Amino acid sequence: MLHIKCPYCGIRSQKEFAYGGDATVKRPKLNSDVSDKEWDDFVYMRKSPRGKHIELWHHISGCRQWFKAQRDTATHEIFKTAKINEEIK
Amino acid sequence: MQKYSVFSLIKNSLSGHKNWEVAWKDPTPKKEYEVIIIGGGGHGLATAYYLAKEHKITNIAIIEKGWIGGGNVGRNTTIVRSNFMYDANARFNEFGMNLWRNLSQELNFNVMFSPRGIINLAHSDAQMNAYARRGNSMRLNGIDAVLLNREEVKKIIPQADFSRDVRFPIFGGLMQPSAGTARHDGVAWGYARQADAMGVDIIQHCEVTGFDIQQGKITGVRTSKGNIKSKKVGLCVAGSTNILAEKLNITLPIETHVLQACVSEPIKPLLDGVVTFGAGHFYISQSDKGEMVMGGDLDGYNSYAQRGNLPTIQHVLTGGLAVFPFLSRLKMLRTWGGIMDMSMDGSPIIDKTHIKGLYLNCGWCYGGFKSTPVSGWTFAHTIAQDRVHELNSELSLNRFSTGHLLDEKGIGTKTWIG
Repeated sequence: MLHIKCPYCGIRSQKEFAYGGDATVKRPKLNSDVSDKEWDDFVYMRKSPRGKHIELWHHISGCRQWFKAQRDTATHEIFKTAKINEEIK
Repeated sequence: MQKYSVFSLIKNSLSGHKNWEVAWKDPTPKKEYEVIIIGGGGHGLATAYYLAKEHKITNIAIIEKGWIGGGNVGRNTTIVRSNFMYDANARFNEFGMNLWRNLSQELNFNVMFSPRGIINLAHSDAQMNAYARRGNSMRLNGIDAVLLNREEVKKIIPQADFSRDVRFPIFGGLMQPSAGTARHDGVAWGYARQADAMGVDIIQHCEVTGFDIQQGKITGVRTSKGNIKSKKVGLCVAGSTNILAEKLNITLPIETHVLQACVSEPIKPLLDGVVTFGAGHFYISQSDKGEMVMGGDLDGYNSYAQRGNLPTIQHVLTGGLAVFPFLSRLKMLRTWGGIMDMSMDGSPIIDKTHIKGLYLNCGWCYGGFKSTPVSGWTFAHTIAQDRVHELNSELSLNRFSTGHLLDEKGIGTKTWIG
Protein backbone atom coordinates (compact mmCIF):
# COMPACT_ATOMS: atom_id res chain seq x y z
CA MET A 1 0.00 0.00 0.00
CA LEU A 2 1.35 3.40 -0.99
CA HIS A 3 0.86 6.27 1.42
CA ILE A 4 0.49 9.49 -0.51
CA LYS A 5 0.65 12.95 0.98
CA CYS A 6 -2.07 15.09 -0.58
CA PRO A 7 -0.85 18.72 -0.41
CA TYR A 8 -4.30 19.69 0.89
CA CYS A 9 -5.31 16.79 3.17
CA GLY A 10 -2.07 15.15 4.32
CA ILE A 11 -1.10 11.49 4.23
CA ARG A 12 -3.82 9.13 3.00
CA SER A 13 -3.90 5.58 1.67
CA GLN A 14 -3.39 4.85 -2.02
CA LYS A 15 -7.00 3.69 -2.34
CA GLU A 16 -8.23 7.32 -2.16
CA PHE A 17 -6.23 8.36 -5.22
CA ALA A 18 -6.34 7.98 -8.99
CA TYR A 19 -3.24 8.20 -11.16
CA GLY A 20 -2.90 10.84 -13.88
CA GLY A 21 0.37 10.03 -15.66
CA ASP A 22 3.50 12.00 -16.53
CA ALA A 23 3.21 15.57 -15.21
CA THR A 24 6.05 16.92 -17.36
CA VAL A 25 4.15 16.52 -20.65
CA LYS A 26 3.17 19.98 -21.90
CA ARG A 27 0.20 20.56 -24.18
CA PRO A 28 1.12 22.81 -27.13
CA LYS A 29 -0.16 26.37 -26.67
CA LEU A 30 -3.70 27.06 -27.79
CA ASN A 31 -4.20 29.15 -30.95
CA SER A 32 -0.63 28.58 -32.14
CA ASP A 33 0.67 26.67 -35.14
CA VAL A 34 1.32 23.14 -33.96
CA SER A 35 3.33 20.75 -36.11
CA ASP A 36 2.32 17.10 -36.40
CA LYS A 37 5.49 16.15 -34.53
CA GLU A 38 4.72 18.46 -31.60
CA TRP A 39 1.20 17.04 -31.35
CA ASP A 40 2.51 13.48 -31.67
CA ASP A 41 5.04 14.12 -28.89
CA PHE A 42 2.34 15.56 -26.62
CA VAL A 43 -0.24 12.83 -27.18
CA TYR A 44 1.86 9.67 -27.47
CA MET A 45 5.54 10.00 -26.64
CA ARG A 46 6.64 9.28 -23.06
CA LYS A 47 10.06 9.01 -21.43
CA SER A 48 8.78 6.66 -18.70
CA PRO A 49 12.09 6.78 -16.78
CA ARG A 50 13.35 4.16 -14.34
CA GLY A 51 13.93 6.22 -11.20
CA LYS A 52 12.54 9.63 -10.32
CA HIS A 53 9.28 10.43 -12.12
CA ILE A 54 7.14 13.53 -11.74
CA GLU A 55 3.51 12.56 -12.13
CA LEU A 56 -0.08 13.66 -11.58
CA TRP A 57 -2.36 12.20 -8.94
CA HIS A 58 -5.99 12.96 -8.24
CA HIS A 59 -7.36 12.79 -4.68
CA ILE A 60 -10.58 11.48 -6.14
CA SER A 61 -12.04 9.99 -2.96
CA GLY A 62 -10.96 12.98 -0.88
CA CYS A 63 -10.70 16.67 -1.72
CA ARG A 64 -10.83 15.91 -5.49
CA GLN A 65 -7.80 18.10 -6.17
CA TRP A 66 -5.16 17.23 -8.74
CA PHE A 67 -1.55 17.52 -7.59
CA LYS A 68 2.00 16.50 -8.52
CA ALA A 69 4.20 13.85 -6.94
CA GLN A 70 7.81 12.89 -7.42
CA ARG A 71 8.10 9.13 -7.05
CA ASP A 72 10.74 6.49 -7.77
CA THR A 73 9.40 4.06 -10.38
CA ALA A 74 11.76 1.29 -9.26
CA THR A 75 11.26 1.47 -5.47
CA HIS A 76 7.87 3.29 -5.37
CA GLU A 77 9.31 5.72 -2.79
CA ILE A 78 7.50 9.08 -2.88
CA PHE A 79 9.91 11.96 -2.34
CA LYS A 80 7.70 15.04 -2.65
CA THR A 81 4.21 16.14 -3.49
CA ALA A 82 3.21 19.65 -4.56
CA LYS A 83 0.19 21.65 -5.64
CA ILE A 84 -0.47 21.67 -9.36
CA ASN A 85 0.93 25.18 -9.91
CA GLU A 86 4.11 24.49 -7.93
CA GLU A 87 7.32 23.17 -9.46
CA ILE A 88 9.09 20.03 -8.29
CA LYS A 89 12.82 20.13 -8.97
CA MET B 1 22.07 -31.98 -30.21
CA GLN B 2 20.65 -34.81 -28.19
CA LYS B 3 17.09 -35.58 -29.28
CA TYR B 4 14.51 -35.84 -26.51
CA SER B 5 12.39 -38.98 -26.82
CA VAL B 6 11.16 -41.88 -24.73
CA PHE B 7 14.30 -43.78 -25.78
CA SER B 8 16.67 -41.04 -24.59
CA LEU B 9 14.67 -40.91 -21.37
CA ILE B 10 15.08 -44.66 -20.79
CA LYS B 11 18.77 -44.55 -21.76
CA ASN B 12 19.50 -41.69 -19.38
CA SER B 13 17.47 -43.17 -16.55
CA LEU B 14 19.82 -46.18 -16.63
CA SER B 15 22.77 -43.89 -15.89
CA GLY B 16 20.93 -42.02 -13.14
CA HIS B 17 20.18 -38.98 -15.34
CA LYS B 18 23.80 -37.85 -14.94
CA ASN B 19 24.73 -37.77 -18.63
CA TRP B 20 22.16 -35.42 -20.17
CA GLU B 21 23.74 -32.78 -22.41
CA VAL B 22 23.30 -29.20 -21.28
CA ALA B 23 20.33 -27.68 -23.11
CA TRP B 24 22.33 -24.59 -24.08
CA LYS B 25 25.94 -23.55 -23.57
CA ASP B 26 27.36 -20.62 -21.66
CA PRO B 27 29.71 -18.98 -24.20
CA THR B 28 31.89 -15.91 -23.79
CA PRO B 29 30.92 -13.25 -26.34
CA LYS B 30 32.85 -13.03 -29.60
CA LYS B 31 34.15 -9.67 -30.89
CA GLU B 32 31.56 -9.45 -33.64
CA TYR B 33 28.27 -11.01 -34.72
CA GLU B 34 26.11 -10.71 -37.80
CA VAL B 35 23.07 -10.02 -35.62
CA ILE B 36 22.75 -9.15 -31.93
CA ILE B 37 19.41 -9.69 -30.21
CA ILE B 38 19.06 -7.79 -26.94
CA GLY B 39 16.77 -9.62 -24.57
CA GLY B 40 16.73 -13.39 -23.99
CA GLY B 41 13.02 -13.64 -23.28
CA GLY B 42 10.58 -15.64 -25.36
CA HIS B 43 10.51 -13.13 -28.20
CA GLY B 44 14.30 -12.72 -28.37
CA LEU B 45 14.89 -16.47 -28.32
CA ALA B 46 12.20 -17.05 -30.95
CA THR B 47 13.70 -14.32 -33.12
CA ALA B 48 17.13 -15.96 -33.00
CA TYR B 49 15.60 -19.37 -33.69
CA TYR B 50 13.70 -18.18 -36.80
CA LEU B 51 16.71 -16.15 -38.02
CA ALA B 52 18.71 -19.39 -37.97
CA LYS B 53 15.98 -21.67 -39.26
CA GLU B 54 14.19 -19.51 -41.87
CA HIS B 55 16.97 -17.13 -42.92
CA LYS B 56 20.11 -19.26 -42.35
CA ILE B 57 21.74 -16.58 -40.21
CA THR B 58 23.44 -18.36 -37.32
CA ASN B 59 26.18 -15.92 -36.31
CA ILE B 60 23.91 -14.42 -33.65
CA ALA B 61 24.32 -13.37 -30.04
CA ILE B 62 21.40 -13.10 -27.63
CA ILE B 63 22.36 -10.74 -24.82
CA GLU B 64 20.35 -11.18 -21.64
CA LYS B 65 20.81 -9.09 -18.49
CA GLY B 66 19.24 -11.74 -16.25
CA TRP B 67 18.79 -15.42 -17.04
CA ILE B 68 16.74 -17.43 -19.52
CA GLY B 69 13.19 -17.77 -18.22
CA GLY B 70 13.55 -15.13 -15.49
CA GLY B 71 11.61 -12.31 -17.11
CA ASN B 72 8.09 -12.00 -18.45
CA VAL B 73 8.30 -15.33 -20.31
CA GLY B 74 8.28 -17.00 -16.90
CA ARG B 75 5.89 -14.52 -15.27
CA ASN B 76 2.87 -14.51 -17.59
CA THR B 77 -0.29 -16.57 -17.15
CA THR B 78 0.38 -18.78 -20.21
CA ILE B 79 -2.68 -17.87 -22.29
CA VAL B 80 -2.55 -18.37 -26.06
CA ARG B 81 -5.33 -16.85 -28.21
CA SER B 82 -6.07 -14.89 -31.37
CA ASN B 83 -9.51 -13.40 -30.56
CA PHE B 84 -8.79 -9.97 -32.03
CA MET B 85 -11.16 -7.76 -33.97
CA TYR B 86 -8.84 -5.72 -36.16
CA ASP B 87 -7.47 -7.40 -39.27
CA ALA B 88 -3.82 -6.62 -38.53
CA ASN B 89 -3.91 -8.13 -35.03
CA ALA B 90 -6.15 -11.04 -36.05
CA ARG B 91 -4.02 -12.15 -39.03
CA PHE B 92 -0.80 -11.71 -37.09
CA ASN B 93 -1.95 -13.79 -34.13
CA GLU B 94 -3.76 -16.43 -36.18
CA PHE B 95 -0.52 -17.01 -38.09
CA GLY B 96 0.98 -17.43 -34.63
CA MET B 97 -1.68 -19.98 -33.65
CA ASN B 98 -0.55 -22.16 -36.54
CA LEU B 99 3.02 -21.95 -35.25
CA TRP B 100 1.81 -22.90 -31.76
CA ARG B 101 -0.02 -25.98 -33.01
CA ASN B 102 3.21 -27.57 -34.25
CA LEU B 103 5.64 -26.05 -31.77
CA SER B 104 6.28 -29.08 -29.54
CA GLN B 105 7.19 -31.24 -32.54
CA GLU B 106 9.22 -28.50 -34.17
CA LEU B 107 11.27 -27.73 -31.06
CA ASN B 108 11.45 -31.37 -29.88
CA PHE B 109 10.34 -29.98 -26.54
CA ASN B 110 6.92 -30.44 -24.97
CA VAL B 111 5.53 -26.92 -24.62
CA MET B 112 2.24 -28.47 -23.48
CA PHE B 113 0.13 -26.37 -25.84
CA SER B 114 -3.39 -27.15 -24.74
CA PRO B 115 -6.23 -25.64 -26.83
CA ARG B 116 -8.88 -25.78 -24.14
CA GLY B 117 -10.81 -22.67 -25.18
CA ILE B 118 -11.25 -19.16 -23.83
CA ILE B 119 -14.56 -17.52 -22.88
CA ASN B 120 -14.96 -13.75 -22.54
CA LEU B 121 -18.04 -13.19 -20.37
CA ALA B 122 -20.69 -10.63 -21.34
CA HIS B 123 -23.02 -8.86 -18.91
CA SER B 124 -25.40 -6.76 -21.01
CA ASP B 125 -27.18 -6.79 -24.37
CA ALA B 126 -24.78 -4.11 -25.59
CA GLN B 127 -21.79 -6.27 -24.70
CA MET B 128 -23.38 -9.27 -26.44
CA ASN B 129 -23.75 -7.11 -29.57
CA ALA B 130 -20.13 -6.01 -29.31
CA TYR B 131 -19.02 -9.64 -28.95
CA ALA B 132 -21.16 -10.69 -31.92
CA ARG B 133 -19.34 -8.05 -33.95
CA ARG B 134 -15.93 -9.16 -32.71
CA GLY B 135 -16.81 -12.81 -33.34
CA ASN B 136 -17.90 -12.00 -36.89
CA SER B 137 -14.66 -10.11 -37.51
CA MET B 138 -12.68 -13.07 -36.22
CA ARG B 139 -14.58 -15.52 -38.44
CA LEU B 140 -13.95 -13.34 -41.49
CA ASN B 141 -10.25 -13.78 -40.72
CA GLY B 142 -10.63 -17.55 -40.44
CA ILE B 143 -10.54 -17.67 -36.63
CA ASP B 144 -13.05 -19.85 -34.77
CA ALA B 145 -15.49 -17.81 -32.68
CA VAL B 146 -18.70 -18.96 -31.01
CA LEU B 147 -21.23 -16.62 -29.44
CA LEU B 148 -22.63 -18.39 -26.37
CA ASN B 149 -25.89 -17.55 -24.63
CA ARG B 150 -26.35 -17.71 -20.89
CA GLU B 151 -27.39 -21.39 -20.85
CA GLU B 152 -24.49 -22.41 -23.06
CA VAL B 153 -22.01 -20.63 -20.79
CA LYS B 154 -23.62 -22.32 -17.78
CA LYS B 155 -23.03 -25.75 -19.30
CA ILE B 156 -19.31 -25.01 -19.63
CA ILE B 157 -18.73 -23.22 -16.31
CA PRO B 158 -21.56 -24.25 -13.94
CA GLN B 159 -19.41 -23.22 -10.98
CA ALA B 160 -19.75 -19.50 -11.88
CA ASP B 161 -22.36 -17.34 -10.15
CA PHE B 162 -25.48 -17.45 -12.35
CA SER B 163 -27.85 -15.85 -9.86
CA ARG B 164 -29.91 -12.90 -11.11
CA ASP B 165 -29.28 -10.42 -8.31
CA VAL B 166 -25.55 -9.92 -8.92
CA ARG B 167 -24.00 -6.67 -10.11
CA PHE B 168 -22.86 -8.23 -13.41
CA PRO B 169 -25.24 -11.07 -14.36
CA ILE B 170 -23.86 -13.39 -17.03
CA PHE B 171 -25.72 -12.77 -20.30
CA GLY B 172 -23.46 -14.98 -22.39
CA GLY B 173 -19.97 -14.88 -23.80
CA LEU B 174 -17.68 -15.07 -26.78
CA MET B 175 -15.63 -18.24 -27.05
CA GLN B 176 -12.57 -19.08 -29.09
CA PRO B 177 -12.44 -22.88 -28.77
CA SER B 178 -8.97 -23.15 -30.34
CA ALA B 179 -7.36 -20.80 -27.78
CA GLY B 180 -5.72 -22.26 -24.72
CA THR B 181 -2.58 -22.36 -22.64
CA ALA B 182 1.03 -23.48 -23.00
CA ARG B 183 3.83 -24.10 -20.55
CA HIS B 184 5.62 -20.76 -20.65
CA ASP B 185 9.08 -21.72 -19.40
CA GLY B 186 9.02 -24.75 -21.71
CA VAL B 187 8.63 -22.32 -24.62
CA ALA B 188 11.70 -20.36 -23.51
CA TRP B 189 13.76 -23.52 -22.95
CA GLY B 190 12.63 -25.10 -26.21
CA TYR B 191 13.58 -22.08 -28.31
CA ALA B 192 16.85 -21.57 -26.39
CA ARG B 193 17.91 -25.19 -26.88
CA GLN B 194 17.21 -25.21 -30.62
CA ALA B 195 18.79 -21.77 -31.20
CA ASP B 196 21.90 -22.88 -29.31
CA ALA B 197 22.07 -26.08 -31.36
CA MET B 198 22.07 -24.03 -34.58
CA GLY B 199 25.00 -21.94 -33.37
CA VAL B 200 23.40 -18.99 -31.59
CA ASP B 201 25.40 -17.70 -28.61
CA ILE B 202 23.12 -17.19 -25.59
CA ILE B 203 24.97 -14.79 -23.30
CA GLN B 204 23.31 -14.49 -19.92
CA HIS B 205 24.06 -12.05 -17.07
CA CYS B 206 25.29 -9.49 -19.58
CA GLU B 207 23.82 -5.99 -19.44
CA VAL B 208 23.74 -3.59 -22.38
CA THR B 209 25.19 -0.29 -21.21
CA GLY B 210 25.26 1.66 -24.47
CA PHE B 211 25.20 1.66 -28.25
CA ASP B 212 27.77 2.60 -30.90
CA ILE B 213 26.20 4.56 -33.71
CA GLN B 214 28.15 6.14 -36.57
CA GLN B 215 26.57 8.30 -39.27
CA GLY B 216 23.10 7.06 -38.47
CA LYS B 217 24.11 3.39 -38.57
CA ILE B 218 24.46 1.03 -35.66
CA THR B 219 27.93 -0.51 -35.35
CA GLY B 220 27.75 -2.35 -32.07
CA VAL B 221 26.66 -2.49 -28.45
CA ARG B 222 28.53 -1.87 -25.23
CA THR B 223 27.92 -4.43 -22.54
CA SER B 224 29.08 -5.38 -19.07
CA LYS B 225 31.15 -8.10 -20.79
CA GLY B 226 32.82 -5.70 -23.24
CA ASN B 227 32.01 -4.10 -26.57
CA ILE B 228 30.49 -6.31 -29.26
CA LYS B 229 30.31 -5.27 -32.90
CA SER B 230 27.33 -5.86 -35.16
CA LYS B 231 25.66 -4.09 -38.05
CA LYS B 232 22.25 -5.39 -37.04
CA VAL B 233 20.80 -5.11 -33.55
CA GLY B 234 17.27 -6.11 -32.53
CA LEU B 235 15.64 -4.91 -29.31
CA CYS B 236 13.34 -7.44 -27.64
CA VAL B 237 13.35 -6.15 -24.10
CA ALA B 238 9.65 -5.64 -23.24
CA GLY B 239 9.48 -3.75 -19.92
CA SER B 240 13.05 -2.46 -20.29
CA THR B 241 12.37 -0.83 -23.68
CA ASN B 242 12.26 2.72 -22.30
CA ILE B 243 15.56 2.21 -20.46
CA LEU B 244 17.35 1.29 -23.71
CA ALA B 245 15.45 3.98 -25.64
CA GLU B 246 16.93 6.55 -23.27
CA LYS B 247 20.44 5.23 -24.03
CA LEU B 248 19.59 5.55 -27.75
CA ASN B 249 18.24 9.06 -27.19
CA ILE B 250 14.87 8.19 -28.68
CA THR B 251 11.39 8.56 -27.19
CA LEU B 252 8.71 5.94 -27.80
CA PRO B 253 4.92 5.74 -27.46
CA ILE B 254 5.45 3.34 -24.55
CA GLU B 255 4.95 3.54 -20.80
CA THR B 256 6.22 0.96 -18.35
CA HIS B 257 3.85 -0.49 -15.77
CA VAL B 258 3.79 -3.41 -13.34
CA LEU B 259 1.23 -6.19 -13.74
CA GLN B 260 0.60 -8.82 -11.10
CA ALA B 261 -0.67 -12.36 -11.24
CA CYS B 262 -1.29 -14.99 -8.61
CA VAL B 263 -1.98 -18.69 -8.14
CA SER B 264 -3.98 -20.54 -5.52
CA GLU B 265 -3.06 -23.81 -3.87
CA PRO B 266 -3.51 -26.75 -6.28
CA ILE B 267 -6.91 -28.41 -6.30
CA LYS B 268 -8.58 -31.17 -8.33
CA PRO B 269 -9.64 -30.34 -11.91
CA LEU B 270 -12.44 -27.78 -11.78
CA LEU B 271 -12.04 -25.41 -14.70
CA ASP B 272 -10.95 -26.73 -18.09
CA GLY B 273 -10.64 -23.50 -20.06
CA VAL B 274 -9.74 -19.86 -19.66
CA VAL B 275 -12.46 -17.45 -18.48
CA THR B 276 -12.18 -13.68 -18.59
CA PHE B 277 -14.46 -11.44 -16.54
CA GLY B 278 -13.61 -8.07 -18.06
CA ALA B 279 -16.26 -6.20 -16.10
CA GLY B 280 -14.54 -7.30 -12.90
CA HIS B 281 -10.96 -6.92 -14.16
CA PHE B 282 -10.31 -10.61 -13.68
CA TYR B 283 -9.38 -13.73 -15.63
CA ILE B 284 -8.68 -17.28 -14.56
CA SER B 285 -7.54 -20.68 -15.75
CA GLN B 286 -6.41 -23.85 -14.01
CA SER B 287 -2.87 -25.10 -14.50
CA ASP B 288 -2.03 -28.74 -15.13
CA LYS B 289 -0.75 -28.86 -11.55
CA GLY B 290 -4.20 -27.80 -10.34
CA GLU B 291 -3.47 -24.24 -9.26
CA MET B 292 -6.02 -21.58 -10.18
CA VAL B 293 -3.98 -19.05 -12.21
CA MET B 294 -5.44 -15.56 -11.91
CA GLY B 295 -4.74 -12.01 -12.92
CA GLY B 296 -6.33 -8.73 -13.81
CA ASP B 297 -5.42 -5.07 -13.70
CA LEU B 298 -2.17 -3.19 -13.82
CA ASP B 299 -1.16 -1.63 -10.51
CA GLY B 300 -1.93 1.65 -12.23
CA TYR B 301 1.16 3.85 -12.02
CA ASN B 302 4.48 3.84 -13.89
CA SER B 303 6.68 1.16 -12.40
CA TYR B 304 9.82 -0.85 -13.02
CA ALA B 305 9.39 -2.92 -9.85
CA GLN B 306 8.98 -6.59 -10.69
CA ARG B 307 6.60 -6.83 -7.79
CA GLY B 308 3.28 -5.21 -7.02
CA ASN B 309 1.16 -3.87 -4.24
CA LEU B 310 -1.56 -5.57 -2.18
CA PRO B 311 -4.51 -3.26 -3.07
CA THR B 312 -4.41 -4.44 -6.69
CA ILE B 313 -4.42 -8.11 -5.70
CA GLN B 314 -7.38 -7.41 -3.41
CA HIS B 315 -9.17 -5.58 -6.23
CA VAL B 316 -8.55 -8.39 -8.74
CA LEU B 317 -9.67 -11.11 -6.34
CA THR B 318 -12.77 -9.14 -5.33
CA GLY B 319 -13.76 -9.36 -9.00
CA GLY B 320 -12.81 -13.03 -9.00
CA LEU B 321 -15.05 -13.82 -6.03
CA ALA B 322 -17.95 -12.06 -7.73
CA VAL B 323 -17.90 -14.46 -10.66
CA PHE B 324 -16.49 -17.59 -8.95
CA PRO B 325 -17.59 -17.55 -5.29
CA PHE B 326 -15.81 -20.90 -4.62
CA LEU B 327 -12.49 -19.04 -4.73
CA SER B 328 -13.14 -17.71 -1.23
CA ARG B 329 -12.29 -21.14 0.16
CA LEU B 330 -8.88 -21.39 -1.52
CA LYS B 331 -5.54 -20.32 -0.09
CA MET B 332 -3.25 -18.12 -2.12
CA LEU B 333 0.00 -19.86 -2.99
CA ARG B 334 1.95 -16.92 -4.37
CA THR B 335 1.73 -13.60 -6.16
CA TRP B 336 4.29 -11.95 -8.41
CA GLY B 337 4.71 -9.07 -10.84
CA GLY B 338 6.32 -8.33 -14.18
CA ILE B 339 6.92 -5.06 -16.00
CA MET B 340 4.92 -4.32 -19.13
CA ASP B 341 5.80 -2.20 -22.15
CA MET B 342 2.38 -0.56 -22.50
CA SER B 343 1.93 0.93 -25.95
CA MET B 344 -0.39 3.87 -26.47
CA ASP B 345 -2.96 1.88 -28.48
CA GLY B 346 -2.58 -1.52 -26.83
CA SER B 347 -0.97 -3.15 -29.88
CA PRO B 348 2.69 -4.07 -30.39
CA ILE B 349 5.40 -2.46 -32.52
CA ILE B 350 7.67 -4.58 -34.75
CA ASP B 351 9.52 -2.25 -37.06
CA LYS B 352 12.73 -0.70 -38.32
CA THR B 353 13.89 2.57 -36.76
CA HIS B 354 15.48 5.74 -38.12
CA ILE B 355 18.85 4.29 -37.06
CA LYS B 356 20.02 1.93 -39.82
CA GLY B 357 20.44 -1.61 -38.54
CA LEU B 358 18.45 -1.03 -35.36
CA TYR B 359 15.16 -2.94 -35.13
CA LEU B 360 12.44 -2.58 -32.56
CA ASN B 361 10.14 -5.20 -31.04
CA CYS B 362 8.09 -3.78 -28.16
CA GLY B 363 4.69 -2.54 -26.96
CA TRP B 364 3.35 -5.97 -26.00
CA CYS B 365 1.33 -4.61 -23.10
CA TYR B 366 0.18 -7.60 -21.08
CA GLY B 367 -0.32 -9.91 -24.06
CA GLY B 368 3.16 -10.80 -25.26
CA PHE B 369 3.28 -14.49 -24.44
CA LYS B 370 0.65 -15.66 -26.96
CA SER B 371 2.54 -13.88 -29.74
CA THR B 372 5.96 -15.35 -28.90
CA PRO B 373 6.28 -17.54 -32.03
CA VAL B 374 4.82 -15.06 -34.54
CA SER B 375 6.70 -12.14 -33.00
CA GLY B 376 9.98 -14.02 -33.42
CA TRP B 377 9.01 -15.15 -36.92
CA THR B 378 8.14 -11.66 -38.20
CA PHE B 379 10.96 -9.92 -36.33
CA ALA B 380 13.47 -12.39 -37.80
CA HIS B 381 12.12 -11.55 -41.27
CA THR B 382 12.32 -7.81 -40.57
CA ILE B 383 15.95 -8.09 -39.43
CA ALA B 384 17.14 -10.55 -42.09
CA GLN B 385 15.49 -8.79 -45.04
CA ASP B 386 15.79 -5.26 -43.63
CA ARG B 387 12.09 -4.77 -44.39
CA VAL B 388 8.89 -5.56 -42.55
CA HIS B 389 6.82 -8.62 -43.47
CA GLU B 390 3.21 -8.14 -44.58
CA LEU B 391 2.10 -9.61 -41.23
CA ASN B 392 3.77 -6.85 -39.18
CA SER B 393 3.46 -4.03 -41.72
CA GLU B 394 0.71 -2.37 -39.68
CA LEU B 395 2.53 -2.86 -36.36
CA SER B 396 4.58 0.17 -37.28
CA LEU B 397 6.25 2.76 -35.13
CA ASN B 398 4.88 5.68 -37.12
CA ARG B 399 1.22 4.60 -36.90
CA PHE B 400 0.77 6.95 -33.94
CA SER B 401 1.82 10.07 -35.85
CA THR B 402 -0.10 9.05 -38.98
CA GLY B 403 -3.26 8.13 -37.06
CA HIS B 404 -3.38 4.45 -38.10
CA LEU B 405 -3.88 3.22 -34.55
CA LEU B 406 -4.76 -0.38 -33.66
CA ASP B 407 -6.78 0.35 -30.55
CA GLU B 408 -8.68 -2.92 -29.95
CA LYS B 409 -10.29 -1.68 -26.76
CA GLY B 410 -10.74 1.97 -27.72
CA ILE B 411 -9.24 3.20 -24.46
CA GLY B 412 -6.84 5.82 -25.75
CA THR B 413 -3.53 6.81 -24.27
CA LYS B 414 -4.18 6.27 -20.56
CA THR B 415 -2.17 3.07 -20.62
CA TRP B 416 -2.60 2.41 -16.91
CA ILE B 417 -6.39 2.18 -17.24
CA GLY B 418 -6.30 -0.49 -19.93
